[in-house]
Amino acid sequence: MPVFYGEELGSALMLGTAGYPSPAVLERAFRASGAGVATVSLRREAGGGQDFWALVQGLGVRLLPNTAGCHGAREAVTTAQMAREVFGTDWIKLEVIGHADTLQPDVFGLVEAARILCAEGFRVFPYCTEDLIVCERLLEAGCEVLMPWGAPIGSGIGLNNPFGLRALRAAFPGVPMVVDAGIGLPSHAAAAMEMGYDAVLVNSAVARAGDPAAMAGAMADAVQAGRAAYLADPMERTDMAVASTPVLGRAFL
Amino acid sequence: MRIVVNGVPREVVATTLAGVLEEIGIVGRFATAVNGAFVPAAGRGMALSEGDAVEALAPMQGG
Repeated sequence: MPVFYGEELGSALMLGTAGYPSPAVLERAFRASGAGVATVSLRREAGGGQDFWALVQGLGVRLLPNTAGCHGAREAVTTAQMAREVFGTDWIKLEVIGHADTLQPDVFGLVEAARILCAEGFRVFPYCTEDLIVCERLLEAGCEVLMPWGAPIGSGIGLNNPFGLRALRAAFPGVPMVVDAGIGLPSHAAAAMEMGYDAVLVNSAVARAGDPAAMAGAMADAVQAGRAAYLADPMERTDMAVASTPVLGRAFL
Repeated sequence: MRIVVNGVPREVVATTLAGVLEEIGIVGRFATAVNGAFVPAAGRGMALSEGDAVEALAPMQGG
């Protein structure tokens, strides 16, 4: 099971809390997922914040607050500081958004914010791209986990750049990594785990499914299968057929 | 004193951050920032000035 900042989780599935049809559906999805981490956020109190706090307390999972919607390092740092106090954790999913349509991270602001937050004792989970050099800079800044995107947030596209994700996994073999964003189907989650990623973070694929609890269960199964396959050391792929039935002893007819 | 709380302009009597939060009725679990800088719960005795922008943020759903 994945270990982040010295803490072992009970599941390689991390689940978001946004966009469910109702709090009851959210709760059922979490139970079905067996997820060990729930992502949460901070917003101006407009009623509901205290009820939501009670709900997530009852889930019995580790909370990972995010800085979603922040468009600059300074804003993200302040949001992280506020989240640490509200949620009582130094874990932070650091998002510094750079592009309105793709929600692509502003990797320059991300590295800047990560450096400040790591120095302040935060355990930073940076939402990043699969760029090797950006990830190297994040590690230098003090991050001990990387969270490359699969595809744009909420798109359900899956793993948009499997080559890049595979290269990133190979470049930093000892670093825990989570594929975050873009997962739409259990097969996408399984593919990430088969590559050797330590966990996946899913939200919209579950929340926007017709039956969120059933999809949460399917995601949990996929993550388990993908991890087991990775540990089983998959066969190498070839472009030509390799006969599986022995040729020796074949009848002459 | 005229300040802005969570984006809404307000006329308040209280002069400290803690006083303003109480006056407006913000309770429960939340965190505060003034003019873009985090103010920890222990620092809410700080005095506010005319035109200050206060943010009080509560737990919310997130991905």
